[in-house]
Amino acid sequence: MAEEKTSQQTTELLSLLEQRFPGAAQPAQYEGVVIAPDRLVEIAVFLRDEMGYNRLSCVTGVDYPEAANGSPARLETVYNLLRDQGGPVTLHVHADRENPVVPSLVSVWPSANFQEREAWDLLGIRYEGHPDLRRILLWEGFDGHPLRKDWREPYYEEDHKPFSSRYPDGDPVMAEDQTPLGCNVQFPAGWSPQGWKPEDEATVYAPSDELVAADGRTMETDRVVLNVGPQHPSTHGVLRLVATLDGETIQRIEPTLGYLHRNHEKIGERNTWLGNMPYTDRLDYICSMYNNFGYAVAVEKLMGQEVPERAEYIRVIMGELTRLMNHFVAIGAFCNDMGIYFTAMLYGLEERELILDLFEMASGGRMMCNYFRFGGVARDLPAEFVPLAKELVNERFPNAVDDLERFLADNEVFRARTEGVGVLPPDKAVAYGCTGPLLRGSGVPYDVRRAEPYSVYDHFDWDVVVRYDCDVFSRFMVRIEEMRQSLRILRQALDRLPKGPVQAGKKKYNVKIPAGEAYGRVEAPKGEYGFYLVSDGGANPYRYHIRTPSFVNLGAMNEMCRGHLIADVVIILGSIDITLGEVDR
Amino acid sequence: MYGLGILKSFSVTMRRFLTSYVEDIRYLGKRYRPENIPARQSPKGRGIFTVQYPKERLPLPENFRMFPFQVIDPETNKPRCTACGICVQACPTQCIWIKRATDPETGKPKREPAEFYVDVSICMSCGMCAEFCPFDAIKMGHDYELADFRRSFLWSLDQLSKPLSYHAAIHPTEYAAAQAERERKAAKKK
Repeated sequence: MAEEKTSQQTTELLSLLEQRFPGAAQPAQYEGVVIAPDRLVEIAVFLRDEMGYNRLSCVTGVDYPEAANGSPARLETVYNLLRDQGGPVTLHVHADRENPVVPSLVSVWPSANFQEREAWDLLGIRYEGHPDLRRILLWEGFDGHPLRKDWREPYYEEDHKPFSSRYPDGDPVMAEDQTPLGCNVQFPAGWSPQGWKPEDEATVYAPSDELVAADGRTMETDRVVLNVGPQHPSTHGVLRLVATLDGETIQRIEPTLGYLHRNHEKIGERNTWLGNMPYTDRLDYICSMYNNFGYAVAVEKLMGQEVPERAEYIRVIMGELTRLMNHFVAIGAFCNDMGIYFTAMLYGLEERELILDLFEMASGGRMMCNYFRFGGVARDLPAEFVPLAKELVNERFPNAVDDLERFLADNEVFRARTEGVGVLPPDKAVAYGCTGPLLRGSGVPYDVRRAEPYSVYDHFDWDVVVRYDCDVFSRFMVRIEEMRQSLRILRQALDRLPKGPVQAGKKKYNVKIPAGEAYGRVEAPKGEYGFYLVSDGGANPYRYHIRTPSFVNLGAMNEMCRGHLIADVVIILGSIDITLGEVDR
Repeated sequence: MYGLGILKSFSVTMRRFLTSYVEDIRYLGKRYRPENIPARQSPKGRGIFTVQYPKERLPLPENFRMFPFQVIDPETNKPRCTACGICVQACPTQCIWIKRATDPETGKPKREPAEFYVDVSICMSCGMCAEFCPFDAIKMGHDYELADFRRSFLWSLDQLSKPLSYHAAIHPTEYAAAQAERERKAAKKK
């Protein structure tokens, strides 16, 4: 069964690895290659340098508590690697459940840093050689690793939804009474929150030796540790940045995350496949349509489901409207950070309202759209949608984009604050796994819509936007130009919108997905949205992992800020365009 | 020359500022007439326009969804619900509870709910229940002003029941399509 499913890319890779590293690689249960842990770093370097797999897109873990299908009980680390073109290749590394140790790949791909910390936090896989293996999303007093299959939440009801207590003899309990305050947490044995002192955040506050000896200064300055956030208007949510300063210059900046963490992935594993769709809306709450898009694309990849053409066009229309809307908000919020308070923001929000009206008309929700279904969309567009969308796309939005550019792009103050700030060279951007406008603003013309086309993006005529200055200003210009490209796609899609059904086959609420695994990804407005899904053939996902662009892009924050002034931190952060809903998940 | 870009920025804000007055003069005295709201909200509308919320309301699109309600059939004066439990299985948050009615004489389950609850404190208004109900019995309501002095989030069947005419009023297109389908089926049976 394993052989039937593996793709050609994997088969080629497998034979190649067999030649170079005999005995180190085996075919995996569903997809990809199982690598012996002791050869992992070697093989990773080989793949990066000689095979061109220069991007580590996604690192996560999967727990298999019981031996099945000829594979032992294990904790598995899964790496999804990418080249400049084409789909991902998946590496698996097995580790013992009692003492899971896997060599760290941070030295090969720095983008593994946050993601390995996340896998340690949520699954308890220890990455040997990781420079800073601390919990990232959960707090230090948390009991256990929640994504292990045997971990149960304090208000545990059943492993999978639908819960049997609801029907046919439902006995209602209000959610509030089910989890009364004080009883909705659990602690390690013999541990109490009273008297607990926060662990010394030595690693966060420790001096960094990278820039201490910066010379050319006549005055001695003290090293100051400054907390930006978690309650700070310019962190776009509850994000804390621990900045180590030398005078006003940043030596190191350490994002501290998890204030908005709700373990979306555990909730997702309890949910039914389709039941996750409205939850994905809540990841990046600015562009819920694109989150739906990513999830639908990933699940359809797993199912091998075809989508009718009209539905694909509707998806692209919704997706590009989302991109337009996100960039309006991103630029507006970025200007707020910079001190152009609310003028640009409100200009952007004004246009966004009109897009939200379109979304509400089609899906019923302005921000929480829940519009996509596996094999189509929830319902057809209402009659008044297309004329209104055409009017907006042809007459209103092009002017709005020009207006925004005229307002900012030539302004000397704006340019003085953005040009040459937050420089991220192309090789670093790729190594840190950055995607979206951040990557394209660093001179790398990489767009998932081109590299691995999904939906019907290959039917349209559009360009990948790229700017080569690698600074905050070029990211801003990428966003402006991308809005124009989105409008170009929208014009074509609205003109050519075919007639026909919007759903393949009958719409089902209890979809069963064949056993397997898939890594589906889309180019969301903020970057690459990857869904790593494992199905055991049931009505619920066995593993449901989301690689969110904001989370990974934030990993390059330190790299971009080092050496700049503290006043530039919020601008650099604003130029990444993060949403804490998807950073913390 | 340094400063030209700044002047260019100011020209944008100045133009925006002036156009907002142009519109106000055009609609002088009739700003908030209901017939003018759609025009001012439309893509052609310019400047800043505020809907004076509790006094005026924006029209809701048909697909707008708040919380689910049970449709009461005017012919039988009972809910259309048959207690099949599909909404319970489709609900992502599991906020729906159904107790199926049993026939008091035979003890066999009946095709109607004895109790039906929605915990609106966790309902996320996703509309899955209405989407997958095969009997058109559950629909998404348009009432969004739900502030209350009581802490009562567990809505029972009585609170959730709405007449069919309400459904027809808020979902005209959907209702007309469903009605046409019903009539077609009825004609087929004959």
